[in-house]
Parts: sequence; C-alpha cells; structure tokens
Amino acid sequence: MNRPNVVKACLALGTALLLGACSPVPPGTGVFLLIDTSGTYAGELDRARSVINYLLGTLDPGDSFGVARIDGGSFSEKDILVRVTFDERPSVANDEKRLFLEKVGAFTDTVRSAAHTDITGGVLQAVEWLNEVGPGRKTVLIFSDMEEDLPEGFVRDFPMELEGVRVIALNVTKLRPDNVDPRTYAMRLDRWRERIESGGGRFAVINDLERLDVALDL
Amino acid sequence: MPGWMMVWPENPALSVLFLLITLILFLYGARAPAHRGIQSTARALNQGCKLIAEAIRGVQERLAARNREVLLSEGLEDAERQIEQEFQRISAAVDRDLGGYPALHRRLADQVARIDEDYRKVTDSPPAPDSWTQTLNAAGELVEKAGTQPAAAKAVDALRTAIEQAHDDAMETYRESSRERHDLLAKMVPAWRAMSSTLTRVENSVGNIFERSRRIDELMDEYREISAKSDVAERKLTSSTLSQFVIASFVLVVASLGGFINFQLIALPMSEMVGATSRLGSMQTSDVAALVIILIEITMGLFLMESLRITRLFPVIGRLDARARRRMAWATLSILVILAGIESSLAYMRDMLAADRVALTQQLAGAAVQRPEFMWIPAVGQMVMGFILPFALTFVAIPLESFIHSSRIVLGQVTVGLLRALAFGVDMLGFAADHAGKALKNVYDVVVFLPLKIEELVLQARADRAEAVSTKRSTSTA
Repeated sequence: MNRPNVVKACLALGTALLLGACSPVPPGTGVFLLIDTSGTYAGELDRARSVINYLLGTLDPGDSFGVARIDGGSFSEKDILVRVTFDERPSVANDEKRLFLEKVGAFTDTVRSAAHTDITGGVLQAVEWLNEVGPGRKTVLIFSDMEEDLPEGFVRDFPMELEGVRVIALNVTKLRPDNVDPRTYAMRLDRWRERIESGGGRFAVINDLERLDVALDL
Repeated sequence: MPGWMMVWPENPALSVLFLLITLILFLYGARAPAHRGIQSTARALNQGCKLIAEAIRGVQERLAARNREVLLSEGLEDAERQIEQEFQRISAAVDRDLGGYPALHRRLADQVARIDEDYRKVTDSPPAPDSWTQTLNAAGELVEKAGTQPAAAKAVDALRTAIEQAHDDAMETYRESSRERHDLLAKMVPAWRAMSSTLTRVENSVGNIFERSRRIDELMDEYREISAKSDVAERKLTSSTLSQFVIASFVLVVASLGGFINFQLIALPMSEMVGATSRLGSMQTSDVAALVIILIEITMGLFLMESLRITRLFPVIGRLDARARRRMAWATLSILVILAGIESSLAYMRDMLAADRVALTQQLAGAAVQRPEFMWIPAVGQMVMGFILPFALTFVAIPLESFIHSSRIVLGQVTVGLLRALAFGVDMLGFAADHAGKALKNVYDVVVFLPLKIEELVLQARADRAEAVSTKRSTSTA
C-alpha cells in the first residue's frame, strides 16, 4: 500500500471510530444523601449543608446527586428534597448546582424536627433512585446517628438488595446511652454493617468530615 | 546420601570411599569416549555459533548495502532538488535583473549617444589668430604714415576701427560659446552618473548570477561524488543525516509540547460542544475531539507545505500542476484560518468556564462572588494563543519530513550496529563453548588423576624395561 492510501485508510478508520464509538455511557457517579431530621440531630444540619456544598463542588457534569430527609416514614417521594442528574455541559451543570444549592438552603432554613427516624426506608428510597439512574458508582450517604426509631406498625426488618452500593454513615454522633456503655455505639454500627453487607453492599463510617474527600474518592 | 547407595550401611565412610573409588574407576575407564563426547559437543557448538554469526553478518551486510543505497539515493535526490532550486533562483534573478536588459541596453545607448553629441558640441573653437593683431598693427602704422593725407588716414583708421570691432565681436562670440560648452558639460554629469549607476546594477546582477553559478558548481561536484558512490560522499551524507535526525527530533519534541498546550486550551471547552460524559474507550470524547482538531490542523499544515512545495511527503500533490497546487494551498489555508478562529473562540470559552467554576466554588464556600481585576488579560492571551498555535503547528511538516527521511537511515544504521554486536556475541559464545570443552576435559582428568598417574608410572616402567632389554640384547650381540 503506498503512502497516500495509508493516510486515507487511517482517516477513514478514525472517522468510523469516532462515529461508532461516541454513544453516551452511563454517568460516572451517583450520590444520594439522607439527612436525619429527628430529635437532637436536627441541630447538625449546618454540617450537612457543608457536606452538600462539598459534593456539589466535587461532582462532575453527568453525575447524579439527590438529597432526602429522614423522618418517620422515609420511603416516600415527598421526603426527597432535590435530585438531579447534572447536564453534560459544564456551564449548564454549574447553573443546576446553583439551583440545587438554593433548594437545599430553603429546606435547611425551614426544616422541623421529626418524631421518628426511618433510616431503612430512606436507604431503600435512595437505592431505588440510584438503580433507576444507573450511574457507574452508587453511593448512599447517611447523615445520622444511625439510631432507627420506627413508628408503630412500620415493617423494616427484611433483607435489603444493595448489590454494588456503597453506604457511608457520616457524622455518627454518640447518644446518651452510648456514653453510659460505649459498646452500644459499636453494636449499633455493627448491626448496620451486617445489614448492608448481607445485602451485597459496602459499609463505612466517617465521623471526621475533613477526610471526606479521601473516603468518598469521587 | 540415600540408603540404597550404602554398600555397608553400618559404615558410611567406607561406603562413600568405595563409591568414590568405583566412580573414579568408571570415569577412568570412560575417559576416552568422554573426552571425544566433550570435544565433539564443544566443536558442534562452536561451529553452530560460527554459522549463526556468519548468517547474521550476511543479513547485516545486506542491510548495510541497502542502507547505503537508500542513503546515496536520498543524497542524490536532495542534491538534485538543491540544484533545481538554485536554477530556479538563477532563472528568477535573470528574469528580474536581466529580463529588462534590452531596455537597459537601449537606455545605455541613448545615454552614450547623448554624451557623444554633447561631447561633440563642446569642441573648443580656437581663439582669434595672431593675424588680427598683425592687421591692427599694420593699420596703425599706415595711419601714422598717412598723417599728411587726411583722407587716406581716415580710411585706414576707419578700417582699423572696423577690424577692432570685428575682433571684439569675435572674442565675445568665443566667450559665449565657451559658456555654452560649460553648460553642456555640466548637463553631462547626471548622464554620466546615471550610466554609472546602470552599469553598477548590471555588475551586481551578473555578480549574483556568478555567485549562484559557483554554488551550482559546488552542488554538481557533490552530485558527481554521490553518483560515483564514493566513501567520502557516504560519510558526509551519514553525518548530515544524523544531524538532521537529532535536530528534527528536538524540533518535534518542542512542537509536541506546543500541541499539548494547544490541547489543554481547547479540551475543556470542547466538553460544552460534545458533552463531558461520553467516552471513547478510556478517553473522554471531548478530549478526543480536541485531539482530532489538532491533528486536522497538523494535516492541513502538511498539505499546505506540500502545496507550496516546501516539503515533499506526498508525491501526488507534488505532481499536480501549479494552478491546482495554488488552489489547494488557498483551500488548506482557509481551513486553517477557520480552525484557528474556532480555537480562538474555544480558548475564550475556556476562560469563561474557568471563571464560572471559580464563581461557583466561591458561592459553595459561602464567600462573596467577585471577578478579579485584569482578568481580560489572560482571556486575550488565550485567544491569541488559540489563533496562533494552529499556524505554528503548520510548520511541523518541515521537521517531520526531515525526521521521516533521516529516521529511516538512522534506524537502518542502528539495526546494522545491533546485528554486528549480535554476530560478535554469537562468535564469542562459540569461542567460549570451544574453550569450555577443553577446560572440561582438563577437569575430567583432574578427577581421575590418580589412575592416570598410575597408568603413567606403569607405562614408564614398561618403557624402561623394554629399553633395558633392548640395551642388553644389543650389548650381547656386539
């Protein structure tokens, strides 16, 4: 093959590759943040907001981000504050992030303390949305003391399907009984770890929010 | 030592000694065939290595001959190209400087004719001859002599006065004509200067052509040397090729860095056009798109350089007629200008995106959003860079051509060197195998030195005895 033909062939191959392989793939990362609004934990909302700000600054165009509150019955659409898959274009994605920030700000300014804490319902809701969006990496962040307090009649003691989902408990504060017997705190976290890992997920705890970037690895 | 090898298990030392003696005896008995085996193996290895080395040298020589052919052929082509360029330059110089030679000649002829005419005009008229003075003197004497004859004196005096008047008139005319001649000579000066300037121009043009002719002579000598395939020409070409390879590689590295900067300028804003999420293999499509734009620019640059006949990578373009090449040059230049405009706008968009990103980060951090002063300076700088870099990348074609041509030769030379080293290595291996065989035979003899020594002593005793018997026989016979 002489030199001009080789050049033509390379150009043709390159064009074919470009046309054939440009199909969009699922966005890279999906994060769902659950914010506990029950009891004394409602006072930690400012820290939750800084986590949201950090995530908004870290997530890329095409990534998905949702925020929902945990209250007495969290497996409900009405508890979802905002959820969005950012646009592919960086400028539009930035505008969406600003809007996201406004909505979260409006929520944190007007939130009222919830009587119960349905963490399992929130996790199920988050996983359902993440599976629907279908990102490459799925992460559920739970900003809570991880003490579940269900209203009477609610059923949550069943196995959860969490294959490929990473569940990270953030800022797990110690409760009064934990101070009396620290084993309670460890047992509470172990129970959650067992539930998550038996469902095929991975569980981690991050109390030092300064190292959130390393732990999340977004 | 395994138990089954123990002849006397209760006495291991004795067993070992027995085995050792048996082994030595066995080795002694097998000494001759073992030596032959070692020797033949070593020789086979040596011969095999020699054959392999010979084959490698054959390949190396063929490759070296091929390299030489390519080198000389490229050298010839290059010399032809340079000669052609020199002829084109001479042609251009002749067209430019000597094309108007007929007009120049006519102008020179006119100037010479004018000078000649003026010269003839300035021919000096002789001043009044002495006869005027003699006539006047004679008329004066006649007036004195004719003092008693007033009529005659008056007539002579009138004649003298008339002659004096005529003399004065003649002198005045002479002065007038001298003045005119001086005026004409003064007018001739610019004509002389013009002619001198014209002749200097002609001299410069001719000198320039002579200089180019000398360069052509040098190139022709070089061409003859290459045609004769002389070693000197080959050495010169090899050295020149190596220099070209190093210089072209250096320039290409610099150009690659320029391309990288160009890529960084347009990769981010490309995500606004093709999206930031789609991927092509492990790369983002926006990165691929930016890379493709840069590659297209380089390709257009290659075509532009080919159309201008600065490089000769594509013979098809080189064979096009001048008109088609001119059209192609304009087309590629237009595409380059459009791409440069696109890059410039992308660079501006990059600055806007970066500013937006900074503003968002400030907002997320809870700080007041503010745009720093003089932010327009980097924006303008990026736009200018975005516009200039595509044209700068155009010139990559020149070092690329040098690199392609020289790398073929350099690669061939390196391969020849490697083959030579390989052949030497294989030769050394054969040599080592031969000597290892000899050393092994000696080691073998060291192991069985005791039976060998006994054998030597026995043979010596036998020889002594035989000598004694023969001596006795000869004595008794005598």
